[in-house]
Amino acid sequence: MDYLLTEQQVMIRDLAKKIADEKIKPVAAHYDETEEFAWPIMKILADSDLFGIYIPEQYGGLGGGVMDMCLVTEELSRACAGIALGYGGTGLGTFPILLYGSDEQKKKFLPDIAQGKRLAAFCITEAGAGSDAGSIKTTARKEGDRYILNGTKQWITNAGEAEVYTVIALTDKARGARGASAFIVEKGAKGMDFGKKEKKLGIRASATREVIFTDCEVPAGNLISKEGMGFIIAMKTLDSARPGVGAQAVGIAQGALDYAVEYARTRVQFDQPISNFQGIQHMLADMGTQVEAARALVYATARMIDSGAKSVAKESAMSKLFASDAAMKVATDAVQIFGGYGYMREYPVEKYLRDAKITQIYEGTNQIQRNIIAANMIKESLKK
Amino acid sequence: MHIIVCIKQVPNTTDVRIDPLTNTLIREGVESVINPFDAYAIEEAVRLKERLGGKVTVLTMGPPQAESALREAVSLGCDEAVLLSDRKFAGSDTWATSYTLAAAIRKIGAFDVILCGKQASDGDTAQVGPGISTHLDIPQVTYVKKIAEISADKALVERMTEEGYDTVETPLPCLLTVVKEINTPRLPSLKGMMRAKSVKITKWTADDIGAEPESLGLDGSPTRVIKIFTPEPRKGGELLKGDTADVAAELVELLKDIAA
Repeated sequence: MDYLLTEQQVMIRDLAKKIADEKIKPVAAHYDETEEFAWPIMKILADSDLFGIYIPEQYGGLGGGVMDMCLVTEELSRACAGIALGYGGTGLGTFPILLYGSDEQKKKFLPDIAQGKRLAAFCITEAGAGSDAGSIKTTARKEGDRYILNGTKQWITNAGEAEVYTVIALTDKARGARGASAFIVEKGAKGMDFGKKEKKLGIRASATREVIFTDCEVPAGNLISKEGMGFIIAMKTLDSARPGVGAQAVGIAQGALDYAVEYARTRVQFDQPISNFQGIQHMLADMGTQVEAARALVYATARMIDSGAKSVAKESAMSKLFASDAAMKVATDAVQIFGGYGYMREYPVEKYLRDAKITQIYEGTNQIQRNIIAANMIKESLKK
Repeated sequence: MHIIVCIKQVPNTTDVRIDPLTNTLIREGVESVINPFDAYAIEEAVRLKERLGGKVTVLTMGPPQAESALREAVSLGCDEAVLLSDRKFAGSDTWATSYTLAAAIRKIGAFDVILCGKQASDGDTAQVGPGISTHLDIPQVTYVKKIAEISADKALVERMTEEGYDTVETPLPCLLTVVKEINTPRLPSLKGMMRAKSVKITKWTADDIGAEPESLGLDGSPTRVIKIFTPEPRKGGELLKGDTADVAAELVELLKDIAA
């Protein structure tokens, strides 16, 4: 399908595709197996300027938006969703600064992120605060010209590898979510530590760790916006970032589908390629339609966000929900088409199945997405 | 440091077809790319610039569409690009080509290093690089796999040989042809691709570079191609068996028959 991309977007997509095919595909199985963080690939992405595409030109980027980020995330995820998450997680960690940072904060942090010199990470989830993000316990106490952070963030993507962390912590415990604030914490801050690297079902090339704050000192100038804005910043960040998860899911689904079509064409049973069988053909047709529908919804949402639309929570949630469910279904069917070979780790499709699952869980489970969608629908109806 | 890279646009195929009438390459219907060996020369030039400062000028001789190869080189980090294009250049062999490139390099002006790929994937002669250095009367080192040290007036390079490598010191300016072992070429950057779209390509004709007309193109090419053909596949040999002395005697007789 033709999505009428701009000339620059075509250039961005083609470059990401080239990197995915030539540099990531050959090493995807290696990083999945070893669970190492793919620094050589991050270097390639940095040198190609892809980290800067959604960062304004005045801060060293290329001035694009969520749509550009989605194009890259999709292409990279087609080759390896785990490696792509090093890129996507940096976007998530950068959005609070992009959306609410002061000019001074942007000048200080964005150029390095745009050049891929420093990766970023977003820290909200805690052991007791997953879907119920409002129940976070990490605190930030102001002392003179600094804040003192205490608490433990869990399952933080890019933790340990990233150098810039945007952290949601309570500055006023009594006010609950309304007492939350957002901070920029740099790796190496006194009192900041990382937990062990988590072992995961999929996206194994992505680094996931705890981030532990023990009387961690953060300069007062690293408070984003003002005290009490933390939860709003987090929600707006997620609204902007969810199409990125959608794009990751589209990439996973497309990658699995490509393998499935090729395999169906070449696998011979009953003296003919299995793609001759209508049962297989209908599966492929449904998979292809799901992928295209998911892509169309993700792109439409990304463009809506880039146009400056005020309320995007519903559409953003829909794009993430639909694309991730499609990825799970398509990847499952791809394994089915491969049959026994699909279950073997020697073949590439089982990885897509393992990688797809997380897209239904993180950045808000799909059940939470449905809550957001329904709440917005009901709110809209009341206004009519 | 000013580095000049000479590149060639070649057909993107290992299956080169020859026009049986003109004995030239058939280019129609085949995508054109930068000669793969030249990609290593471009990368090395850009690395030298990044290390030492200065600029990289990329140079090619070819039809007008060779401009796309120059733009690609700019997307990979070259700063300026020069296209030599003129009907008078048509039919150049390696001698006339290297003469023409050398004349253009004199016009470009002062330089420290000229880098070329070891050979082109279509002609496979490996003669143009050495030809340029001969015309310019500067030292050359071929098959370079590493530039170990380089300063304002000399370079220490490693040159591939069949058994290993030689370490060669050469004064600058010089010409180096490089092999694929020297580096891993990068992919283009977005900023490079955008610059490549808008960069002004300098275009020179035979008159612009002050070349002698009789030294250009077919007239300037001492090489005469009589015929290009794919050799017949070798037929199976004959194996002689038996006592060594008998086999030797039999072989001598066979050779005598062939000679007669």
